[in-house]
Amino acid sequence: MSRQSRQVSRRGFLKGSGAVMGGLVLSTWLPGFIPDSVAAEATAAGRLGDQTPRGYGAYVRVGHDGKVTVISPKIEMGQGAHTGIAMMLAEELEVRLADVSVEDAPPDAELYTDSIMQFQATGGSTSTRHAWQPLREAGATARLLLIQAAAQRWSVDPAQCEAREGVVYGPGDRQAGYGELVDLASTLPLPASITLKTPDQFRLIGTPARRIDTPNKVNGKAKFTIDLQVPDMLVASSLACPVYGGTLKSVDASAARQVPGVRDVVTLDNAVAVTATNYWACQQGLKALKIEWDLGENASISSPELDAALQKASSADGVVAHSSGDVAAALEAASSRFEAVYEQAFLSHSPLEPMTCVAHVRPDGCDLWVGTQVPVFAQQTAASITGLKPEQVVVHNQLIGGAFGRRLDYDFIAQAVAIARQVSYPIKLIWSREEDMTHDMYRPHYVDRLTAALDADGKPQGWQHRIAGASVLARYVGSLPASGVDADAVEVAIDPLYALDSLQVNYIREEPKVIPVSWWRGVGPLRSTLAVECFIDELAHNAGKDPVDYRLALMDKHPRAQAVLKLAAEKADWQTPLPVGQGRGIAVSAVFGSFVATVVELEMQADKGIRIKRLVSAIDCGLVTNPTSVLAQIEGGTLFGLSASLFNEITIEQGQVQQRNFNTYRQLRIGEAPGVEVHIVPSTESPGGVGETGTALIGPALLNALAAASGERLRRLPLSRAGYFPV
Amino acid sequence: MIQLSVNGERYELDVPADMPLLWVVRDVLGLTGTKFGCGIAQCGACTVHLDGEAVRSCVLPVGAVAGRAVTTIEAVGESALGSQVQQAWLEHEVVQCGYCQSGQIMSATALLQRQPNPSDAEIDAGMAGNICRCATYTRIRAAIKDVGKGDQA
Ligand code: FES
Ligand code: FES
Repeated sequence: MSRQSRQVSRRGFLKGSGAVMGGLVLSTWLPGFIPDSVAAEATAAGRLGDQTPRGYGAYVRVGHDGKVTVISPKIEMGQGAHTGIAMMLAEELEVRLADVSVEDAPPDAELYTDSIMQFQATGGSTSTRHAWQPLREAGATARLLLIQAAAQRWSVDPAQCEAREGVVYGPGDRQAGYGELVDLASTLPLPASITLKTPDQFRLIGTPARRIDTPNKVNGKAKFTIDLQVPDMLVASSLACPVYGGTLKSVDASAARQVPGVRDVVTLDNAVAVTATNYWACQQGLKALKIEWDLGENASISSPELDAALQKASSADGVVAHSSGDVAAALEAASSRFEAVYEQAFLSHSPLEPMTCVAHVRPDGCDLWVGTQVPVFAQQTAASITGLKPEQVVVHNQLIGGAFGRRLDYDFIAQAVAIARQVSYPIKLIWSREEDMTHDMYRPHYVDRLTAALDADGKPQGWQHRIAGASVLARYVGSLPASGVDADAVEVAIDPLYALDSLQVNYIREEPKVIPVSWWRGVGPLRSTLAVECFIDELAHNAGKDPVDYRLALMDKHPRAQAVLKLAAEKADWQTPLPVGQGRGIAVSAVFGSFVATVVELEMQADKGIRIKRLVSAIDCGLVTNPTSVLAQIEGGTLFGLSASLFNEITIEQGQVQQRNFNTYRQLRIGEAPGVEVHIVPSTESPGGVGETGTALIGPALLNALAAASGERLRRLPLSRAGYFPV
Repeated sequence: MIQLSVNGERYELDVPADMPLLWVVRDVLGLTGTKFGCGIAQCGACTVHLDGEAVRSCVLPVGAVAGRAVTTIEAVGESALGSQVQQAWLEHEVVQCGYCQSGQIMSATALLQRQPNPSDAEIDAGMAGNICRCATYTRIRAAIKDVGKGDQA
C-alpha cells in the first residue's frame, strides 16, 4: 500500500522518521521535543522564547539525499492543496518543486490546528490561507539553517553564501548540497529572525505549476480509500435503518450466510453489515437479509410538513444576529417596501467515491486507513468506540475521491470501527451509492426572508433579513453559543457589501430532526450570497436601474469588490444589448477572504429550456500561489454549484430520503456544462480561499439571468422544480 | 470456471457468472484503477473497453464477456492513442480529485478511436455517460480536442 506511514507518539514519530529518512528533522526544535541539554541552552539564550506551538519542524524534513518532504496539514481532495503547499515551502527553502514530496500530517491538534477553523481540518477554503505563513516560515527557517551550516563548515560569513535549487553556494567555488549539510544544520540553534521574500522575489509562487498528484490519477495507479488492500482484509458493506433515528429490531441472516464469499453478518444498533471476500458478495448478502427495523418517531415525517414549518419559522423573530441603525423606524418611514423570500433545498454531497473506510481493530490498537478532512476527530471517535487511548489509534490519511464537505463528518468511520471491533480481521467498508445518498448529512433547507425600506428613488435605506433553517454548526460541535446565533449561517448576511443605514439580521433555528445536516461546499456564505444577491438585483429592477450601476453606487467601501464587479461586467460585454428571450445576470460577493463576481448569459426557450451561452467570473483572491489551481477551482466550483442549482433537491417521504442514486439525483453532464471564462485580478494582498467561491456565486447569477431573459423571478432552487431544464 | 482476458492476460476464474465485471476486475484481480460510483450504469466511473468499445463494467455480468478482450485503465496507455489521451489529460491539467478520470479516459479513448476528430456534439454524446462531480468538463473537452487535432496533423 502506498502512502502508508507508521505513526507512533509524536516524539517517536519524529525520531522514527529521522531514523528512516535520515537527515534534518526540524521538529527537533519544537518546544518539548528538543533534547534536554539543547533546550536548557536554548532557553538560557532566549532562542525559543517566542516559538509558536506550530513548530516549523512539523512541516518539513530534509533527507541525506537532499530530498525534501513537506508534511501537509491539508489533505488532497482535488483542490490542489498538496501542490500549493509544496510550492510555498519550496519557494522559501530554495528547492525545485520536483524535489519535494508530500506526506499527510498525522492527527495532532497541537501541531496542525487550522488557524481559521480552530481545529485540524481541511475545508472552508482555508488551505491556502492557513498554510501561507507557517509553510513559508518553515522553508525559510530550514534554508537559513542550511546556509549557516555551510558557512560554518567553510569558516565563512553566512552572508557570503546563497542557496539555490537545493545547493548552498559560497565564496570561490564552494558548494554543498542540502543533503550533505543536514547533520550539521540539525545541531544549530534556530535563527533569531527570518525575513520572508516579498512577492516580487517569488520565482515559483504565482507561476502555473503542474499538480504533483495527477500523473498517477490518469493511469489507475493512485489509490483512494476504496482501492486499499491490507493483509487479511475483507470487504464490508452495510444497510442502516432507512429512517434516521430508527434502530434495528431483528435480522434473520441465515440466507445471507449461504451466499458464496460471505464471511460474517454483524449487527449494530441501527444497521447490519455483511463482510465478504468482495463487494458484490456483500451486496448479495445484504439482499438476502430479512431485516425488521424499528423506524422510530421520524417515520411519519415528509417534505411538505417540513417545508411548511420552515416557511412559518421564517416570519418568526428567532434571535437577533446583527442590528445596526433602526430598521423598524426605516421601514415605518420608507416611501415603499420590498419583500422577497428565497428558498434553497436540502442537498446531498454525493462525491463520486462513496463513503469508504478501512479499519483494523485489535485488543491493543486500531489502524484506520481513510481519506478524512478531520484526522483528529477520526482518531477520537475510534478511541471512544473501542475504549482504546487516542494514541493507540493510527490514522493513515488517504487521497479523497471528492468530498465537498462530506468527509468533515466521520459517521462512516465510526460505523467501520464498530463493525471492525466485532471481527478479527481488517475490513474495508464501502457504502453502496444508495446507502451513501440516503445516509448523507445534508446541506440544510433554508428560507431567507428580506424586507427593504426604500426611498423615493428605490434606494435601500435599510433591510431586515430573516434566516430560517437548521444549524450545521450546532449539529457539528454540539451546541450554539449562548447568543443562539449560528455564525456560519449568518456570515455575509450580517456584513453585506452594500451601504445600509440600518440592517437587522434575525436567525431562526428550525431543525428538521428527520435528517442530519452538515457542511456543504460554500456553507453559510453560499446561502447568504444567494439571498442578498438576488434581493439587490430585484431592488435594482424595482428601481428601474441597471443592476451593475445600482450595486456599484452602494459599494463605496469595498473597492476590491467593485473592481471584480466591473471586470466581470466588462468581460461579459454587459452593456451590449441582447435579443428578446436572452438575458444576463450578475452576482458579486466577498467570501472566504476573496472577492468574486460572476455573470451568466442565457437564452430561454418557450418550453423552459435554458441555454447558458456564457459564464464569466472575475476573482481577486489576493496573492495567487498556483494560477492553474485557481482556474480549476473556479471552473469546477461554478459548475458544481450550477448542477445543484439546476437539478438537486433531497426530499423526504415518511422519514426516508427519496433520492437514491444518480438517476433520481442527477448531475450536470458534459453536454450541459458551459465553458467558464475566469479572470484573475493580479494582487499582492494576502491569499484568499477559492474552492467554494465559484459555487457561492453561480446560483444568484443564474436566477438573475433567468429574470432578465424571461421576466420571471424565481426565488427557489433548484430550477427543475419549476420545470426548467438545460439544453 | 470463467475464462477471461484482461489487459492481454488470460485468467480462469472461479467466480459466479452473474458477478459484474467491475468487481471481478477490482476485488478478484486487484486492478483497482477502474472505479465504482453508482453500480447502475449512471456515472461511468467503471468504464472499461470490451474489444475496444467503452462499456460500464458495473452492470456487465462477467459471464457475458467470457472470451472477449477486456482493457482497463492500467493498460490503456499501452496503445498509442491511449497514451496520447493520458498525456493530453496531464497537459490540460484535467484532473481534480481524479476519481472519475479512469472512466473519463477510457470513454475518451474509445470515442477518439471511433471518431479521430470529434465535434463538440460528438464529444457531448461520447462522454455523456461519465459524471465528474468535480466538474472538470471544460478541460476534458479541451484535452479531447487536442488529441483530435494531433491525429490530423
Ligand atoms: S459504477 Fe458503473 S456506471 Fe457508475
Ligand atoms: S475529478 Fe473528481 S469526480 Fe472527476
